[in-house]
Formats: sequence, structure tokens, C-alpha cells
Amino acid sequence: MTAVTTPPTALETGVDEPEVTRRSRTATVVLFVLLGVGLLVCAVLAAGAGQLAIPAAEVIGSVLHRLGLGGAEVASHPNGESALWTIRFPRVAMALLVGAALATAGALMQGVFGNPLAEPGVAGVSSGAALAACAVIVFGWSFLGPWTTAALAFAGGLVATLVVYFLSRSGGRTEVVTLILTGVAVNAVAGAGIALLTFLGDTQAREQIVFWQLGSLNGTRWPYVAIVAPLVVVGVLLATTFSRRLDLLALGERPARHLGVDVERLRITTIVVVALLTAAAVAFAGIISFVGLVVPHVIRMAVGPGHRVLVPASALGGAILLLGADLVARTGVDYADLPIGMLTALVGGPFFLYLIRRTRRSAGGWA
Amino acid sequence: MSVAMIQARGVGLRFGEAQILAGIDLDVRAGEVLALVGPNGAGKTSLLSLLAGDAAPTEGTVLLDGRPVTDHRPAELARRRGVLLQENRLSFPFEVVDVVQMGRAPWRGRPESDDDDAAVTSAMRSAEVVHLSRRLFPTLSGGEKSRVSFARVLAQDPRVIFLDEPTAALDIRHQERTLELARERARAGDAVVVVLHDLSLAAAYSDRMALLSGGRLVAEGAPREVLDAARLSAVYEHPVEVVERGDGSLLVLPLRTVEVSR
Repeated sequence: MTAVTTPPTALETGVDEPEVTRRSRTATVVLFVLLGVGLLVCAVLAAGAGQLAIPAAEVIGSVLHRLGLGGAEVASHPNGESALWTIRFPRVAMALLVGAALATAGALMQGVFGNPLAEPGVAGVSSGAALAACAVIVFGWSFLGPWTTAALAFAGGLVATLVVYFLSRSGGRTEVVTLILTGVAVNAVAGAGIALLTFLGDTQAREQIVFWQLGSLNGTRWPYVAIVAPLVVVGVLLATTFSRRLDLLALGERPARHLGVDVERLRITTIVVVALLTAAAVAFAGIISFVGLVVPHVIRMAVGPGHRVLVPASALGGAILLLGADLVARTGVDYADLPIGMLTALVGGPFFLYLIRRTRRSAGGWA
Repeated sequence: MSVAMIQARGVGLRFGEAQILAGIDLDVRAGEVLALVGPNGAGKTSLLSLLAGDAAPTEGTVLLDGRPVTDHRPAELARRRGVLLQENRLSFPFEVVDVVQMGRAPWRGRPESDDDDAAVTSAMRSAEVVHLSRRLFPTLSGGEKSRVSFARVLAQDPRVIFLDEPTAALDIRHQERTLELARERARAGDAVVVVLHDLSLAAAYSDRMALLSGGRLVAEGAPREVLDAARLSAVYEHPVEVVERGDGSLLVLPLRTVEVSR
């Protein structure tokens, strides 16, 4: 005899109905507190470190003093105060801005390409911006005053982003292989252009291009910071206004449209902001790659892929990373200022390999 | 007669030389489940995407509220109609509950967004995916992805629901459950358009069927009218039998030449 029983389901019994559980916000809050505190601590330490070492307490005292909140000028060294305010702080500020810009640009590119391997350096956006900036160096253009480099870098970055975007997409997605190969091609063309400009330029221009291609924050002064800061602030703020829509884009273009996203507009806006942020970073600091790859990836692992958290957290994380990298660049070897682009590539390159292998495994092939 | 929410008039779609759809007149009515059936390549999915406003037809018009459906702003359209596609991918590892929550995006900044949590919970319960809440979407099986995506469309709470082969990856229980839910929505006054391959399933759950073949509407009406053995055999190029069971339900069975093994 066979007894046929139907197992009761939650739906029928109406009891033990599991509740919908959500990710707790604690991790996000903890992350932002850590990033915020980390940023301040790193900034103070970085400002104090160097051949002329200034204790953290004096760095804080000097800032408070200038803000009219008590404190005192740097006392441990006669040149301390001026070293701090004319050399260290502008450089620290630039490191923060460039790091924030690159990491945010990376997060945005990954969102709009639907691909965790998209990054301004890898995809060729940085070299597009660099090519245009090199032209400014070689031809001595200054038709937009101090903004010339930044403006042309923006134009170059925008063209490169558009090229990569339209060449590497098909059916609303970007395959890993296509994206990387398109980046290779764009990097090659921009590299050829830079080589030509190096050839055309005089000795001084050549030297400038070479060092600038290696990426460095050496020689940063306040006027540069004054140009980069508004670009980065505007870029990051704009990015936070459409970050929620980037979440929907993760579903694919058609489903995003079904949920009310004006996909065309979102794509173009994102591309313009990516070019803006990359240009801001490249204009004075040169080519610093992989920041936009590493930072968003780590943030995603910590708090998930939601762009409303990812974008601002990447900005903070990128600022910390570049601040740290620049500290190593300045102090790693005595009496030498290492190229920061070399350092980030040294760490970022292997990380990129790891990501490629992981993506390949998880997608069951090059998808 | 119920209200036509979407009207297709003389709709055709052409990609270069290929005529995908031609001369289609069809209404999507409130309170009805409309099943689009037909052989592979008949144009079911293309018709669904035209009705949903994904693309404009190359001939004729598709009207929603008296205006071409593609003229509506994306956000406005998203509050009127929801779409479940055959394939549901995700570029980043969002949790299931976040994916369902994405269905609420069209209501952001409106009074309806107060109901977000309730809508998400009720949609997840209906689609039986509550236990998957914290799972990462890319780690789900095909059937689970499909159910989670269906929950997303339910959470969106649109007046017209388009489902493109929603049951393809589902087991029997969830196949029936999904179409029961679709019918519940229709009984509550919404319109449902569903592409199905299983004609018996379509017969059981639809109020009206539209049979497509070679890009044309071959038959339209109640399942009993559309499911004619001779017509189906011709359209599917395979002999088909339509059996009526004791309870009045229809079964569509392919005739097989294979010997029955014992």
C-alpha cells in the first residue's frame, strides 16, 4: 500500500512564514566611520612625514592655529610651518583629490559597463586624457590660462571613453575580452600619439612628459589644487545623484528601462562624469592607474555592490589609498621621490590578474 | 467588455529584409490574462516587446492611454507596465532582497513609496523567495533567478504585466504558482500578457489566446476557440491532439510515433 502525502508548505500552513531579512546598516556605518577616521589620520601623518619630520600634534596645532581655533605654529623646526603649508598640505590635498577622483571614476565606469574590470587606466581613458595634456606641454598652449591642461585632458578623456564605450559594447553588455582589447587598442593609439609628441618636443618638454607619464604628485602647489578641487567635488557630487540608477543598470539595459531609467541619458551623463574625474586626476598628477580598480572592488566586498554606498565610499577609500601610496613614494627611498604611478601599478597589476582569473572562473568562461 | 489598456493597430516590425511581424491588431485588456503562443520564431517575444514599449513598430501603432507607448517617459511607463524577460542576469552580486527592492524604483519620491517595504515583502512571499532574501542573486539557480525576477515585477505593482516565458525554468509547483499569481492579478483588474510554449498551461490560465505564426496573428479568442487540433497541427507542423478532460479543461498533446514501452 502506498500512502501519498503532500508535504505542507509554508504557503499552506501559514505558520513559520520567514520574514524578509535585509542587510544591516551597521556594516555601512562602520565602513564610513573607519574611512573618515582613516582619512584624517593618514592626512595628518602624511603631512608630518618626510625629511623634515613634524609630529602629528604640531601638524594639528598648526591647522587649528590657521583656523583661529587656538593651536600654535610648528615649533620643532624653523622651516616647519612653511614646509607644511607650501609643500606638504598642497600635496596631501592633491593626493586626496586625485585618489577620490580615480576611485569614483572606476566605480562609475564599472557600473555603466556592467563589468567589474572597467577602470580609467585599463580602458584607455587615462591615456586619452594624457595624450591631450601632453599636447598642451609640447605646444605650450595656454588659451584657457591655468585651466588649459585640465580642459584638454577632459576633452581627450571624453573622446577615449566614448570610443571605448561604443566599440566594446554589444547587446547592452561589455564582454571582458572586448573591453580589455579595446583598452589595449586605445592605449596603443594614445601611446603612439604621446610618443610622437615626445619626439616633437624639446628636451624640457620631453623630460616633463616622461615624469608626468610615470605619475607623480611632486611639485604640487595650491593653484593646481584650486583647479582640481572643484572638478573633483562637482564630479563626485554629480555621481551621487545618479548612483541609485546605476544599481538598476546592473539588471541590464532593457530591465533598467522597464524600471523607468532613461538609459541613454544615464550612460552619457556617466561617461561625461568619468571623463571629468579622470581629467581632474590626470591633468596635474599624470597617469596613475589601477586605483579605480582596486578600491571599488574592496568596498564591494565589504558592503555589497549598491552604488549609493559604493560611490562615496570609493571616493574616501581612493583618497586614503593614494595618500598612502604618495607617502611611500616620498619616504620609501631616502632623498628620492618615486613615481606614484609606478607604485600603484606594482600593486594594481597583480590585483588585476587576480580579478581576471576570478571573473573568468565565476562566469564560466570569458563572459 | 473590459477596457483595452494597450491597443496594437496594424503593427509590423521589419529588420532590413526580414519581416518579423506584420498586420497585427490586438488589444491588451484589463482583467484578462492574454497568452501569446506559437512556434519558435513566430514573433511572440518581438510582439511582447512592442506592446511593452521597448521599441517602436516599423508599421502601425501601439497605443497606451491613447498615445504611442514609446512616447511615454520611461519613469511614467514604468509605473504602468512591468516586464519579466526570459533571461535575468545581474552584473554585480546584489542580494535577492535588493533585487526585488529595485522593482520599487519607479515609485521613488511619490506617496506610493511609503508602501515599498510592504510591497517587497508581499511580492517575495507570493513568489516564495523569502528564504532567499540574503542570498546573492548570481549564485541562484535558473529557476530561483526567474522567481526572484518575477517578485521584482510584482513589487513594481504595474497595471499591465508582461511575462516572457516565465515558466521555462520552473518546476511544476512554481510553474502553476506563477500563473496562478498572474491570474490573481488579472482578477484584481490588471492586464497580464504572457508568452507560453506549453499550450495546456496556456489553456488553463489564460482568458484569451493569440496564436502567432510567421509574424502574423493566425487566431485570437478564448482558448477553446483558438486550440483547434487541425489549426495547431498546421501551425506547428506536427500532428496535435486536443483532449477535453472530465472537468472541462483542455490538454494539447503532440501525437507521437514512438512505441510505448512497458
